[in-house]
Amino acid sequence: MTGFIGLIVHRALQGVLVMLVVALIAFSLFNYVGDPINNMVGEEVGEAYRTELRESLGLNDHPVVQFGRFVGRAVQGEFGVSYRNAIPVSSLIAERLPATLELVAVAAFIALVLGIPAGVFSALYRNRVSAQIVQLLSLIGISLPTFVTGILLIFVFSIWLNILPSFGRGEVVQIGWWTTGFLTASGLQALILPGITLALFQLTLIMRLVRAEMLEVLRADFIRFARARGLTDRAVYFRHAVKNTMVPVITITGLQIGSLIAFAIITETVFQWPGMGLLFIQAVQFVDIPVMSAYLVLIALFFVVINLVVDLLYHVVDPRLSDTVSSAKSGRVA
Amino acid sequence: MSGSRQIGDGARQTTVPGPLRRFWESDLMWSFRHTPYAVVSLTLVMVVFAVALLANWTAPHSPFDLASFNLLDSELPPMWVDGGSATFPLGTDTQGRDILSLIIYGARLSLFVGFASVCFALVVGVSLGLLSGYAGGWVDALIMRTADVKLSFPAILVALLINGVARGFLPPEYHNSIAIPVLIFSIGMSGWVHYARTVRGVVMVERKKEYVQAAHIVGRNGFQVAVLHVLPNTMSPVTVIATINLATAILLESTLSFLGVGVPPTEPSLGTLIKVGSEYMFSGIWWMTVFPSILLVVLVLAVNLFGDWLRDALNPRLK
Repeated sequence: MTGFIGLIVHRALQGVLVMLVVALIAFSLFNYVGDPINNMVGEEVGEAYRTELRESLGLNDHPVVQFGRFVGRAVQGEFGVSYRNAIPVSSLIAERLPATLELVAVAAFIALVLGIPAGVFSALYRNRVSAQIVQLLSLIGISLPTFVTGILLIFVFSIWLNILPSFGRGEVVQIGWWTTGFLTASGLQALILPGITLALFQLTLIMRLVRAEMLEVLRADFIRFARARGLTDRAVYFRHAVKNTMVPVITITGLQIGSLIAFAIITETVFQWPGMGLLFIQAVQFVDIPVMSAYLVLIALFFVVINLVVDLLYHVVDPRLSDTVSSAKSGRVA
Repeated sequence: MSGSRQIGDGARQTTVPGPLRRFWESDLMWSFRHTPYAVVSLTLVMVVFAVALLANWTAPHSPFDLASFNLLDSELPPMWVDGGSATFPLGTDTQGRDILSLIIYGARLSLFVGFASVCFALVVGVSLGLLSGYAGGWVDALIMRTADVKLSFPAILVALLINGVARGFLPPEYHNSIAIPVLIFSIGMSGWVHYARTVRGVVMVERKKEYVQAAHIVGRNGFQVAVLHVLPNTMSPVTVIATINLATAILLESTLSFLGVGVPPTEPSLGTLIKVGSEYMFSGIWWMTVFPSILLVVLVLAVNLFGDWLRDALNPRLK
């Protein structure tokens, strides 16, 4: 058990280190890209005001002091004011976060609900033509770039058939600071195309993973033994085989939530979905540094926390896996 | 090519087979000849490469010659649709440029960026992998921890961030002129990890073998042993990674260009063509975006299929 606690401490420290490196990048972006004062007030403002602002923002302090202050404010969710929108970055993000998280939730749901049965099917009936067609489709799914999927879906369902909206979130309902599209018909309709677009790659990934795991498990001795006991195919497949493929599938899916959030950047651009990804890509185009650095820190935090949780789950579920974790989560490349 | 083949063939009848004949009869080529999808995908990739590389001769029109466009020709549909013309087989864009020519030039730029980033990632990754496996100690730990951290983020995010940072540090007036080098750098930096990890793994295995010890005994230094003796043994996994990496790099280029942070919108690449075309899709001009998308998907699929075959064919455990 001490080993486990040591592991938690080790991984958590590693996470903190990654966060500090990311914060350092974000901080240098903010301080050394252009002149922060110019970025904030423009060029026409008088020299006296500039000096005053420079002093009041603490830009004359030693860089280490400034970095400490940056980290302190970042921990409280303070990232300054967006150059482009002239409102605090924290409220911009709070406004955009629900849109992205709802999209990611829908995509993860679609990927799991369709991906697992498709994988089980193509493993069990791997010699049938229908299963081979599913396998071929998954290869196409892996080669389809997210933005092409989105454009094709818009072309078919919004322009040609004209049955689903091609941009925006539809009508949303405000619950506290959270806005949701789940409670209105137009909100749900608006989720369909972006949800499928974002899910498609994960779906094919989960399908191929389940298929590979199933093929592996079906060769194992305990499956032969189950057959020798005279169990039906159904019991062998679903009570023994599928159950044993779920551990890696669930952990990989957990890890993929992070990349869903990252890939939402593309989906949100295609569908003009008002989430964090769209906010970030506009910030990159306009060099809106406070927004860029806030997104950078936030997304790194997501990844570090998800990786940490999954790493620990791995060890809770299967103590044999001590050093194989990092090799199992190579994830998606493009 | 065919001349040397004949010499090889002639020699075979009397003495030993020539190098080309031996290559043709090797296990790898045998597997290739008996795997239809490998032959089809490689042929497809080769045809696209050849046509794109020779764009100056293969493209029916030049998309850069302003004098040759005619606004009267703009927004023509593909030739098999009513109103299409055989001069522009896949139709024209809103400026009257031929879509087929744009796609050929676009593929050339996309392939150039793809190859350049693969070369960059390969050189960086293989060197770091050799260094990591050979030096060991803190150098190894530092490189591998960096690789771990990099691997836990998706490549697209890493490429976007490097791109964003580079844009931030450079004054806006240089953005367009240095866009392509920055793009190659950011795609390359997002891909080096796979090479480094694989090469390091091979080095760890090989360095204990007798031929490496023998090389040390005859007086080669560590660098010479690493480069002259160990490096050649990493080539087959590296070839596989490079192939898959090419598909990834082409995808990343088009994605970043689509997002508006890759190739400048004025240069035709597959990504920018799809981006510009998608803006006109609602006006019914679907051919501007559909044809480049098809080429992109087919190209990436073919490279992936070929890479899949290569991985299986070069994997000794599967034999």
